[in-house]
Amino acid sequence: MNQTKWNHLKQELFSSKPGIAALCLLIVLMLGAIFAFLSPYDPNLMNAGKPFSTPDGSHWFGTDDYGRDYFARALYGGRVSLLVGFASMVMATAIGVAVGVISGYFGGWIDSLLMRALDVISSIPSFLVLLLLSVFLKPSVGNIIVIIALLMWMNVARIVRAETMSIKEREYVLYARASGQGAGGMILLHIIPGLIPVIIVGATNNIASAIMMESSLSFLGFGVQPPNATWGSMLNSAQGYIAQAPYLALFPGLLILLTVLSFNVLGDILRVGLEPKLDRR
Amino acid sequence: MRQMIIRRLLQTIPLLFFVSIVCFAMIKLAPGDPVLSFVTPNMHADDIERIRHNLGLDRPAYIQYLLWLKQLLQGDLGYSLVNHQPVLGQIIDRLPATAGLMGSAILIAVLLAIPLGLIAGANRNRWIDKIINLIAYIGISVPLFWLAILLIYIFAIKLSLLPSMGMRTIGEESIGDVLRHGILPCSVLAFGFLAGYVRYIRSSTIGQLKEDYVQIQYAFGSNKWTILFRHVIKHVLLPIITLLGMSMGDLVAGAIVTETVFSWPGIGSLGMTAVRGMDYPIIMGITLFSSLLLILGNLAADILYAIVDPRMKVKG
Repeated sequence: MNQTKWNHLKQELFSSKPGIAALCLLIVLMLGAIFAFLSPYDPNLMNAGKPFSTPDGSHWFGTDDYGRDYFARALYGGRVSLLVGFASMVMATAIGVAVGVISGYFGGWIDSLLMRALDVISSIPSFLVLLLLSVFLKPSVGNIIVIIALLMWMNVARIVRAETMSIKEREYVLYARASGQGAGGMILLHIIPGLIPVIIVGATNNIASAIMMESSLSFLGFGVQPPNATWGSMLNSAQGYIAQAPYLALFPGLLILLTVLSFNVLGDILRVGLEPKLDRR
Repeated sequence: MRQMIIRRLLQTIPLLFFVSIVCFAMIKLAPGDPVLSFVTPNMHADDIERIRHNLGLDRPAYIQYLLWLKQLLQGDLGYSLVNHQPVLGQIIDRLPATAGLMGSAILIAVLLAIPLGLIAGANRNRWIDKIINLIAYIGISVPLFWLAILLIYIFAIKLSLLPSMGMRTIGEESIGDVLRHGILPCSVLAFGFLAGYVRYIRSSTIGQLKEDYVQIQYAFGSNKWTILFRHVIKHVLLPIITLLGMSMGDLVAGAIVTETVFSWPGIGSLGMTAVRGMDYPIIMGITLFSSLLLILGNLAADILYAIVDPRMKVKG
């Protein structure tokens, strides 16, 4: 990717207040997840405080039904939620880019085959498949990451394919091919670098949807299993105590909302920044 | 135009075929032996083998698939492993609750999204646009189950205004009662749909306002609101057809979480119960049903779009 595009992107990102806010928020959330061990409370330690104590100076988010410190649980829960989001995104993006590049670069029957397969997978509502697979397989963090990734790569594949088809007709690519460069080298050296903008945008949107999928799954009780928490599973248990301790439901949901919102805002800013043809919004 | 419709229809058939293969493969890959649900403790091993034979489970997978497909085409989706009732019948029983809930949510969302999207698009980057945009961003980012819990807390627990569970009060048969039960789940779903629609309408309004006909109307001295709600709206409504078609695919999957939170007796909560009870025939039935809706929804959107917008004639 060339320098002007990066500069344009930086300018777009840092000139937008929502963009800066989203970036700062995500950095804080990630630092919280990374440095969760600095919290004085063990997230799974019962009776760290009186059960259902409302938020105060020693328990910032209060305590839950077992008297566990809710702030520590939220930090560790965020760790899992963010990890699932990132890992699924990386995997989904890798699959999407591979399928998209191969489809777009080689065209012909390979393209038709891959695209028809993509149509079939996109025709089955992914949340149902997600539920189903998480029942079949043991719902460990690793399995959940893989399942979510397998249901999310299609959008990236579509965008990457379209972009590959346009890049491979550009002059520098045609020159490289004329000079005898093989297909593998062509893809790695000339096609993929040109794809980076669309990959970044697709990846950002994918994190948002992966985090949302994981939360919904854990909320329904099919995600990461207790005693480990994610924001979704915290909401699941909070639901039962909504009348006596509404703050237990408030915090995890707010954290999901802020995280997903930030990634969505960033995704849109990046999209506009990387494709100057698009209207500034 | 007719050619385009025929071509889209023909593309749909292999798609349905492959979707059915994927669904069948998923049943086959499911852990657990379906025969076990027919086995009673005092059965002999021979009896179990006979059941396996009667169910066709001792034949090669592709024969099993063809037999399954044949049944499927006759509308036979098999029987629940839990209550042994036909799957199709159970789905049809639950359909009105889901269709009513999702239909009204989509309708409310569209009716609100049109004015909001038009106003936001026409006042780009002004405060009203920023507010509408923020609402839309929150709508696509908020976990709907969380919104549902908050609404239950406020309206059912704190204010005791609305019921938070089910579709009917026991012993009461009035439509008003169903409507009262529907307010909270419907608002949650409508908010989710609204966000996507508003963003779509807003950006197409921005595009439309650059068109020549808008400039001409301005030149004739029409004011902004007349142009917006008499002319631009016609062009903006077109893509909504596509959006509605695509919403069909969300009909069931989108309802799972919301129906579960509110114990709404629709297909979504049927699916959840089936997942918890490992009732594969029901899960597969619902998966197939919602895939069919998704494919037909996209097909209907494409065809309607071609009928309404003749410029689309040639593109397939």
